[in-house]
Amino acid sequence: MYADWPLLSLVIWAPIVGGILVLIVGDNRPGLARNIALLSSILTFLLTLPLYSEFDSSTHLMQFVERDSWIPAFNIEYFVGIDGISMPLILLTSFTTVVVVISAWEVIQYRVSQYMAAFLMMEGFMIGTFSALDAILFYIFFEAMLIPMFLVIGIWGGADRIYATLKFFLYTFVGSVLTLVALIYMYTKSDSFSILDFHNLPLSMNEQILIFLAFLVAFAVKVPMWPVHTWLPDAHVEAPTGGSVILAAIMLKIGGYGFLRFSLPITPDASAELDWLIVTMSLTAVVYIGFVALVQRDMKKLIAYSSIAHMGFVTLGFFIVFRIMAGDVGNQGAVLALEGGMVQMVSHGFISGAMFLCVGVMYDRMHSREIADYGGVVNTMPVFAAFMVFFAMANAGLPGTSGFVGEFMVILASFKASFWIAFLAATTLILGAAYTLWMIKRVIFGEVANDNVKALTDINKREFLFLAILAIAVLVLGLWPDPLVNVMHPTVENLLNHITISKIQ
Amino acid sequence: MTDFIQPNLLPALPEMIMLAMTCLVLIVDLFLSQEKRWISLLLSVLTLTITALAVIMVAPADSISSFGGSFVLDQLAVTLKIAVCIVAILVFVYSRDYLTDHDIYKGEYYVLGLFATLGMMIMISAHSFLLIYLGLELLSLSLYAMIAFNRKSLSASEAAMKYFVLGAMASGLLLYGISIFYGITGTLDLNQLSMVVSLKIEQYPVPLAFALTFIVVGLAFKLGAVPFHMWLPDIYQGAPTSVTLFIGTAPKIAGFAMTMRLLVDGLGDLQVDWSQMLIALSVLSMAIGNIIAVAQTNFKRMLAYSTISHVGFILLGILSGTANGFASAMFYTITYAITSSVAFGVLLLLNRKDAEAENIADLSGLNDTNPWHAAMLAIAMFSMAGVPPTVGFYAKLSVLQSVVQIDLIWLAVFAVLFSVIGLFYYLRIIKVMYFDKPRQDQVITIKQAIDVKILLSANGLTLLGLGIFPSTLMGYCILAFS
Repeated sequence: MYADWPLLSLVIWAPIVGGILVLIVGDNRPGLARNIALLSSILTFLLTLPLYSEFDSSTHLMQFVERDSWIPAFNIEYFVGIDGISMPLILLTSFTTVVVVISAWEVIQYRVSQYMAAFLMMEGFMIGTFSALDAILFYIFFEAMLIPMFLVIGIWGGADRIYATLKFFLYTFVGSVLTLVALIYMYTKSDSFSILDFHNLPLSMNEQILIFLAFLVAFAVKVPMWPVHTWLPDAHVEAPTGGSVILAAIMLKIGGYGFLRFSLPITPDASAELDWLIVTMSLTAVVYIGFVALVQRDMKKLIAYSSIAHMGFVTLGFFIVFRIMAGDVGNQGAVLALEGGMVQMVSHGFISGAMFLCVGVMYDRMHSREIADYGGVVNTMPVFAAFMVFFAMANAGLPGTSGFVGEFMVILASFKASFWIAFLAATTLILGAAYTLWMIKRVIFGEVANDNVKALTDINKREFLFLAILAIAVLVLGLWPDPLVNVMHPTVENLLNHITISKIQ
Repeated sequence: MTDFIQPNLLPALPEMIMLAMTCLVLIVDLFLSQEKRWISLLLSVLTLTITALAVIMVAPADSISSFGGSFVLDQLAVTLKIAVCIVAILVFVYSRDYLTDHDIYKGEYYVLGLFATLGMMIMISAHSFLLIYLGLELLSLSLYAMIAFNRKSLSASEAAMKYFVLGAMASGLLLYGISIFYGITGTLDLNQLSMVVSLKIEQYPVPLAFALTFIVVGLAFKLGAVPFHMWLPDIYQGAPTSVTLFIGTAPKIAGFAMTMRLLVDGLGDLQVDWSQMLIALSVLSMAIGNIIAVAQTNFKRMLAYSTISHVGFILLGILSGTANGFASAMFYTITYAITSSVAFGVLLLLNRKDAEAENIADLSGLNDTNPWHAAMLAIAMFSMAGVPPTVGFYAKLSVLQSVVQIDLIWLAVFAVLFSVIGLFYYLRIIKVMYFDKPRQDQVITIKQAIDVKILLSANGLTLLGLGIFPSTLMGYCILAFS
């Protein structure tokens, strides 16, 4: 029944139109602005559901494709479509935006309509990024989403927000401009901006390496990978809760998605040649950033560093495949690695979002993110403490939660490449548990630390609602990841077949 | 002695209408009291509208030349002339409140503006050295007078003097180049020049390159490319903001046309030489313009350096020497003129009683007091920075594409890296408007005249509209060079 609908366009543009409506309502009627924002985010989420239910998981081909000429002078098209890699991320985006809108309900009092509009527009841009199959369309969405995030951090952020938001914008922009040159270069060779055409474009090794590096800069900043991760802790600490959630849950995933959509299929030979670089950077992120997280005093900073470490698993999973395939164990391990990376992306979206929301809940009451200001929160906020401990366990990778599935798959696959890589990756199980649980111990458990903590009130219905939704998501994905893995399976296998064929002619 | 041939006047009809109407404005204005000054404005806007319509009416399917080949009307001329007229209308309307506030609301402002526009129209259509120079001087003389228009302002007089001296020097250099070409080829007509140059290029490579250097330097002066950019920041800052708005927009379009006519139509055979020169000018402009703009605290001065860096980008398209590149440069020029009219337009509306609002700090907290104007200026800044989905992104994309196409990838990489530096100072404007609190000591009032607001909104939203649907304008630009 949905076959004739331009469903993807609807999902991209509905939140943007909603955002414009909210802007028109203006800051003078915050109640109305909130309601319209909630309505349009829920509507968008409902619109994304058919993308899952009608998705044909037996093919790797692009689905829900819409293709129209847009700028004929340069052969730029309005070309959107999704496969098993992008579809889960689109659902994650529309889901998270609903949570963010609910979480901001009473908390944001300053310029409500602009705040809500920024998030709705961001949602549209992010979904557009995930579904664009034209390189310029992708780039436009990729850059456009920076503008609302820049304003969100800059207007509603903490004390040092201006430094953080400028750093965020400039880092990402620097990373992406070289990609633009690479895209233009491929256009002059193929006379098309279609990403699918780029996938089949023959390129020499030199060209591939330069293009690969251009992509790497863009996506490594976005993920972020060590050593270009320094913008993330700043941005997270200063951003309002909603900004942190979107940043951690979705924006970081766009880097990982970029590796799958651009780097691997367009430059497979360069990826195979330079996989050691990515593997090293990923392992450094896992181990070194894990230690860095251990010593943080600010809760948001700690979660930000843990995000970097967890995203290290994603990139590790994506680029370990060359070493696995170099052995004689067949492609099965490589499939596991890629799917592990994907599961890790989705799961991290839920968990990190939930962790930032938890910190937000406490911050709204205490106006402090310092671990030292807390202690014994469980005594005054028992329900909240249960949630926070649960999400912390998921963050540490407890079996039964979604955090375990992705990490386990990647570690398991890494064993087929090299014992030592797997060993280093597995240290996260210790480090992750250490920094997360230590924070929980200091914040949640123990005696009531001071009068402020004593005065805390437990979460209200609204807060319970969004934490419960996320907890269910984390549990379901942890116990039953099959629905997610199955939809991406044909796409991942096709991607693996694609990257084993050299593009050098 | 041949018979006098009656030239075909039709291609020049818009210019003739404009001249007649301008004289009419001049005379009518004499009889108007200060309260009725709006009639002059109305007549001027009417003149520009009629001229633009006349251009559309006489637009040929292909290209026609008249006056012995020294005046052409082709697709390039049609598109650019319409763009110039539209930008001039914006300038006139935006300026009104500023002029009133500074006691310089006089009819001469419009008359001079119209003469300058006429000069630009002639430059756009001129196809001989002589006519190009005539158009250029008509433009320049009007601009000198406009800058000095506020005679009570010392800085404006200084700026006018500076512009006059340096502009005269640039014209002199250009003339010197022209005279050498005339010496070598014996013609002023660009078509004949092109033919003779292609014949003599083997025989006189050095004198031709020598003459070309002067032409390029003259053009670089007029466009404001580094290292011939020194006049630009001082003039932008010193001139009344309404005049800065004018200088910063329409003449860029005319300058582009002049460059195209001289270098491509006339001296296309020397492309190898001028491409090299333009690469150097472009690299320097992008680097110096962007880096120095970072340090500015005066908004007008910052925009001046930003203009210099944009000139570098326009040169990128021209130096590629392909039809595609020329079309990209043309698209860039037109959209840049539209973008900076938004930026200066908002600045013009920020009036302080006794002084000009021109420092970046004056924009503090604009989002709190005037969210709509802040949004328009933000769009303009993002467009100048080349952030999608504004039109600036598409302009940058197209010139970069033309450079990559001729395998100058290093130049493209250089350009995008410096555009990142550019991003920084554009973001700072947005930061000041959105993140800083309004200053209590100086209350800034924004004039809310409805016509200005509508026009400014349309102008700002055009940046978004063209960013999402650039193909129509791009189509006209490509048509101009096909």
